[in-house]
Amino acid sequence: MDYDPAAAAAPDGFGPPTGDGADATDFTTSGREAAATPGAAATATDTPPHRTRDRIADLVVSRPLLRQTEREARVWVRTWKGSLVSGLLTPLLFLGAMGLGLGGLVDENSGDVAGLSYLVFVAPGILAAAAMQSAAADALWPVMSGVKWTKTYHAASATPLAPSDVYGGYLVWMAVRLAMNATAFLVVAALLGGVPSAWGVFAVPAAVAGALAFAAPLAAYSASQDSDLPFPIIMRIVVMPMFLFSGTFFAVEQLPAGIRPLAWVTPLWHAVELARGATTGSLGLAAVAGHVAFLAACIAAGAWWGARTFGRRLAA
Amino acid sequence: MSTDSPDGAADAPLVQAKALTKRFGDDVAVDGIDFEVHRGEVFGFLGPNGAGKTTTMRMIACVSPVTDGKLSVLGMDPSRQGADIRARLGVVPQEDNLDSELTVWDNLVIYGRYFGLPLAEVRARAVDLLHFARLDDRRDSRVDPLSGGMKRRLTIARSLVNRPELLLLDEPTTGLDPQARHLLWERLYSLKREGVTLVLTTHYMDEAEQLCDRLVIMDGGRIVAEGSPRALVARYCTREVVELRFAEPGEQATAGDRLTQDGARIEPLADRLLVYTDDGDRTAASVGESAGAVPDSVLVRRSSLEDVFLSLTGRTLLD
Repeated sequence: MDYDPAAAAAPDGFGPPTGDGADATDFTTSGREAAATPGAAATATDTPPHRTRDRIADLVVSRPLLRQTEREARVWVRTWKGSLVSGLLTPLLFLGAMGLGLGGLVDENSGDVAGLSYLVFVAPGILAAAAMQSAAADALWPVMSGVKWTKTYHAASATPLAPSDVYGGYLVWMAVRLAMNATAFLVVAALLGGVPSAWGVFAVPAAVAGALAFAAPLAAYSASQDSDLPFPIIMRIVVMPMFLFSGTFFAVEQLPAGIRPLAWVTPLWHAVELARGATTGSLGLAAVAGHVAFLAACIAAGAWWGARTFGRRLAA
Repeated sequence: MSTDSPDGAADAPLVQAKALTKRFGDDVAVDGIDFEVHRGEVFGFLGPNGAGKTTTMRMIACVSPVTDGKLSVLGMDPSRQGADIRARLGVVPQEDNLDSELTVWDNLVIYGRYFGLPLAEVRARAVDLLHFARLDDRRDSRVDPLSGGMKRRLTIARSLVNRPELLLLDEPTTGLDPQARHLLWERLYSLKREGVTLVLTTHYMDEAEQLCDRLVIMDGGRIVAEGSPRALVARYCTREVVELRFAEPGEQATAGDRLTQDGARIEPLADRLLVYTDDGDRTAASVGESAGAVPDSVLVRRSSLEDVFLSLTGRTLLD
């Protein structure tokens, strides 16, 4: 191969399409050297014009954090069909069984739940709970794989990416994927008559925020672990109860009074309240602010912790 | 503009360490070492497992913070300019950490993207690198079915995607069969010919002898010797070594005593006795009578870095 370390790194003009590529990329020093090399400018004009998709992608990777996101997206492009089962099909089955099947029984006997048909009540609950459950699994094993099994996070941290970029980029991708699944779920739920209000579109960001509020600290924790032995236990004694008892399938008020505060401190309860408020168009501004603040605080705390655990694991 | 480059003068060392130290808690992994790596050379860290080679490499690679002492890489400070330095390094870790969820091709492309390279450019480089790694026909294969040698070559190809000025290789051929090793060495030679500066660690003395222009021998976190392979052998060893094997352990002990009394320099190992000499054939011819016992086998060979390490530390590299 043609190898010339002197004209190293980012070839000038190939950078993000802002004109002065060398300064816009991370290759500050090498980029400047390349710019000083007489041949470098000519190379740029020899390139065929980028296709629009490439151009957008190139713009995106100007931020190191989003380079990890691109890696996740590339894996997803190959595996999205398989992930549809857990990400979309399972929650839709829940919606059918609970919202339509069980819901018919509930509505026949009690008329409604908190003034809503059971389908309308449970659809945003399943939306948020499924997002949380899927995010939890993604915050456990794939993170262990990155730091320990395949060590791909170590490979990434040998590049200009910082450990916090690897962590943040992964969470960004998680948010994108959750938003896609949640949107598809919401469309189906709306077609079935489970989303009476147009405000319902805000149920998607609510579900994503709720999922990240739990997954951000969980991924931070995973990066600090040496073994995946605790992971199934977490799924069973934390994730599953939260899935069932955070106002998902029935109102928290039906829980014994002593247990209710436990539900209130779960990110999922806040996400369900937000999502249900959105799909039914019935949430006040103060309540929205309160729930959003809680979820934002969880995500911020998770991000702070994740930057630490990823840093310790990848740069010790 | 190149005069603004933090490298300073062109002949400034690419890597410079002074009293470089790394501690993990109370453990001292690297104990105040000094070395310099110059542009265009192949520089080696030779030593047994646990000598501190990998820790040193991780500090140079700017993924492990320096505990004490000074380190400069490409004229920059790893603690403040880590990302800028890493942008210009290639790293081949001891354990392959290829992305098993991606194809061979995507491994190269995504790694190029980690360095912020535009897609058009990274695709062009990936074509060249596949060829360099002799993996043209495995382009769309996943990583898992590749042989150990192929994975290693892909890891090296991947490390070149940013056209690094300095390539760090940690135990590049450990675990490979001889054929895969030789192909890998040949690829590394070709990089050397193209002017890439290589820093490698190894516990194989033949690898160090074949590849390194200059090396340091490490033991217990310290550098115990430094020089070219030939100079090290000349300084710490005789030209040749005679290896004697005896049927009885007692015979080896007797022979050792007798030879020492005669003024010969020897090194007793568990299974054989080494006699250092400048004329191996003559020593081999006379050793039967001077040792007072007839050895089962006599082997004359040139001295190697293994002997240097042995004479410096009293232990073998693969202990």
